[in-house]
Parts: sequence; C-alpha cells; structure tokens
Amino acid sequence: MERQSGAVIQRQIKLSLGQAFKISLRSITLRLGRAAVTAASIFLAIAFLSSVLATKVIQDTLEKERRERGRVMTVGEAVSLPGVEGAAGTGGAEGGGLSATGAQEEEARRWWLVTMSLLVCLAGITNAMLMSVTERFREIGTMKCLGALDSFIVRLFLIESALLGVIGSAAGAIVGTLLILFLYSIREGFSLPGRINWPELLAYMAASVGIGAVIALLAAIAPAVRAARLPPSAALRTEI
Amino acid sequence: MPTIKCPECKEEVDTGVVATVCPNCKADLRPAIEEEARIREDQDVSRKAEEDGLVAEFIVRTKDLVKEFVLGGTVLRALKGVKLDIRRGEYISIMGPSGSGKTTLFNMVGGLDKPTSGTVYIDEVDMAQLDAYELAWLRCRKIGYIFQTFNLIPVMTALENVTLPMIFAGATQDEMMERAIHLLETVGLGDRLHHKPNELSGGQQQRVAVARSLANAPAIVLADEPTGNLDLRTGKEIIDLLRQLNAEEGVTIISATHDLKMIDVSDRIVHIRDGVIERIEDRSEIDLEIGRLEGAED
Repeated sequence: MERQSGAVIQRQIKLSLGQAFKISLRSITLRLGRAAVTAASIFLAIAFLSSVLATKVIQDTLEKERRERGRVMTVGEAVSLPGVEGAAGTGGAEGGGLSATGAQEEEARRWWLVTMSLLVCLAGITNAMLMSVTERFREIGTMKCLGALDSFIVRLFLIESALLGVIGSAAGAIVGTLLILFLYSIREGFSLPGRINWPELLAYMAASVGIGAVIALLAAIAPAVRAARLPPSAALRTEI
Repeated sequence: MPTIKCPECKEEVDTGVVATVCPNCKADLRPAIEEEARIREDQDVSRKAEEDGLVAEFIVRTKDLVKEFVLGGTVLRALKGVKLDIRRGEYISIMGPSGSGKTTLFNMVGGLDKPTSGTVYIDEVDMAQLDAYELAWLRCRKIGYIFQTFNLIPVMTALENVTLPMIFAGATQDEMMERAIHLLETVGLGDRLHHKPNELSGGQQQRVAVARSLANAPAIVLADEPTGNLDLRTGKEIIDLLRQLNAEEGVTIISATHDLKMIDVSDRIVHIRDGVIERIEDRSEIDLEIGRLEGAED
C-alpha cells in the first residue's frame, strides 16, 4: 500500500508532568478567588479532622500523665474537659473516671461528624470544578485543536485540584492542630507542647494532608472527565 | 548499521550485530525491527514522491459529505451531499449566511467533527480511519487554527501560547523558544513576547493566534471568521498578514467568513446555502465585482 504523500503518522503527542504542572499552577493564580473558596472548604474540613486527631493525641498524653501520678479523676473534672460532653449523662460515676461506653459513643459521634464534613467538602469541590469546566469550554476546545489528547485535559484538572487540596490541607492541618494545642494549653499549662508525643502528632498531620489531597483528587475526577469529553469544536462556540 | 531502541529496557541495540533478542533484557526485538523498517519505507516513499512531484495535488478532498444533527425529535440536515476539493497552497473562503452549513462544512474539512456519511480526505488520508491519537497528531502537526474569539490561553503569555502546540509535538525547549520568537517577530509582535492576552489588543491577540497556528509548520491553516471581532483597519491588517503567509510560505488557507474584504485575497470562494454548495467563484471572476463593492474605502 503506497501512500502518495504525508509523513508517517506517529503516536508522538505528549504533555510532560512538569509542563502540565506549570499550566495548572497558572490556572489557579488566574482564578484566585474561586481557588481560594475551594481551598477554604478543604481547609475547614481538614482543620476539623486534624483537631480531632490532635485532641486524641493530647488526651492520650494527659491520660498517661494522670496514671503516672496515680490521680483518680472525679466525674466533675472529666466533664469539664473540652470534647467530652455527655459522659456524665451515661452514668460514669463509678469513681474510675469516664465510662467506657460514654467515651466510645463520643468518639463515634466525633468521627461521624468528621466524615460528614469531608463528604460535604468533596461535594463542594466537585461543584466548583464543574463550574470551572463550564466556564473554560472554549479553552479546552482550543487545546484539543492544538493537539491535546483527552488524557492531557484530565491531567490538567486533576493536578489543579490536587494542588489546591495539598495547600488547603496543609494550612488546615497546621491551624487545626495548633488551635487545639492552644486551647488545651490554657487549661493544662503552656508546658503541654513539650509533653505530648510529637512524632505521633506529626504523623497524624501528614495523614490529614494526605486525606485532604485524596479528597480533592476524587472530587475532581467527574469534572475532569466531563472536560475531556468536550469536542474540539467547542472552541468555536460563542455561547455557553 | 541501524540501531533499535529496545521497547522493554530502552537500551540502544545495534541490529547489525545482534539478531532478534535484546542482549540486555532478552526481549523480542522483532516487532520493533519491523516497525522501524516500515517507518523507513514510508519515509522513503514520501521522499521519493516529493522528489517526483507526486505530492497530493488536493490537500483536502470531500466526497458526498452529509451531516445530520438530531435535535430533540427532529433531524437537522446541515450538509446535504457536498463535494469540495482544495488544492495545496490555495486560499479558499467559505461564505454563506447563518444556518447554511458553513460552520459544519468548516468543521468537516478541519478535522473537528466527523460526517454522518461521506468521506473527508486530508492529504489523501481518510479521516474516518483515524483514531484519537492520530486525530490529535493531525490537529497538532498538520492543521493550524485561528478563531473568531482569538482563543488564547489567558494564563499564558504570548510566547507561551505560541509554544503550546510545540510542547504537544514534543519539541525541545531551545527549538520552541527560537521558533516562537521568530514567528512572533514575523507577525510584528517581537516587543510583546511576555504580555498576557489581557494586556494585548484584539488585533494583537489575533496576530498571536496567527503565529500560534503556524507553530508546527502546518500544511493547512483553518480560520473561522478571523476578522469577526476586529474593526475595519485591524481586520484588513490580519487579512494582509494571511495573504502574505499564503504567498510566501505556500500554506493552504481555508477560512469561513462573512467578511467581504476577504474576497480580494481568496483564490476561490465557495458559496454555501442550505447545506449545498451554491457556486464556487474563481479569482478571475471576482475582480470585476470589487470595484462596485469596495467603492472609495482607502
């Protein structure tokens, strides 16, 4: 089969990760307002998550200290600690501190709240990104006319969302942890930061950032796929 | 002796010495060797064809093009059997009122959309046979696009906008920069390389778009209403620019337009109405009308 003209059609279209990263970063800085809102929702959800985790670490430390000193906590003192509401109501007056089921119920409720907030955050991000895709239909169509593959478009949107996720989560983890540390320090003395288990705390913070990034990534999948499906002729459309 | 890159371990293997197995990872090299031979054969054929002057005379050919859109319950027949052949190096304008199928035909010949029936050959390659990768390659390397709304990426400077197609084509940083700067200078924007689109006027943005369309030295430039959003004088500048490119670089230009100023520079004008080609005017026929239309303009 002889082709009269035209060079060989090679599969030579590429967009390196570095280039995609640069383009995504620029996109964020252009639409800083919307990016800030998206990042803020992650920030809040992850601040909540890391504050719950930090509370756990601090309370473990306090519990350990109390056992070492052999003090028996009265129920009154137990109730006055932040985050321990309702323990008195479940009959924890046996002189041995908090009732096990009361604390468990508390813990479960807290985790339920955190999960809900993360899901709400995910829905919010998906919504914001879908809006972004709708606004950028011409840009996406143009990129396809320039030769971009569907996977490039997906890549750009996922990177953009992951970037916002990491930035928002990092800020949220730091603020959430420090806030809780501060609040507990008021009660337990400002030597508290020196007494807690930092490796564990830092590990939890890193995990929070990881979770935030994953949530942002998951939230962006549907919008990114929608964007990738736009035809190149979208570049010609003059209305949304 | 030719060297082959092993698909498994990426080592360069001298095929003159070794037979069919990669000395590094023992992968079977035969498919890679065959592919290499095929590529070389194709290149030889192309080179020979060009030397013999056998390059395709028609860079775009359409046969019985039909495009139907299903809108709600009704079927809208945008194109009702269109045959159009465009020669290499031609400057052709497609003109027609709204709803005539002008944009649809434009999308067909530009590889932006697939017909319901009929075929489009771009450089003798049937568009329908191409997969997503090959279509992307086509749009990247063979066709350049210019839009009515300029469509520059707002987050990138003029220089970066022009280099974007080159990034997709896998050019090196040095090549990209050199060529992009040269292109922007050709369109007269050598002093505006690092300006973002919102710092450029409409005419300047369109010039960047023209430079971008030439980034990978395409055979065809597709222009959709290039002067639609420009005032009279800037529009004329862009038309002159396109005419200059057509004359000097031999790039085939296909434009869909309402603009009567385009008539003067086109080699042929395709008038389309109601999904069929009404008539095709040739350059020689047009000259007689210009006096009446343009009047005392400049």
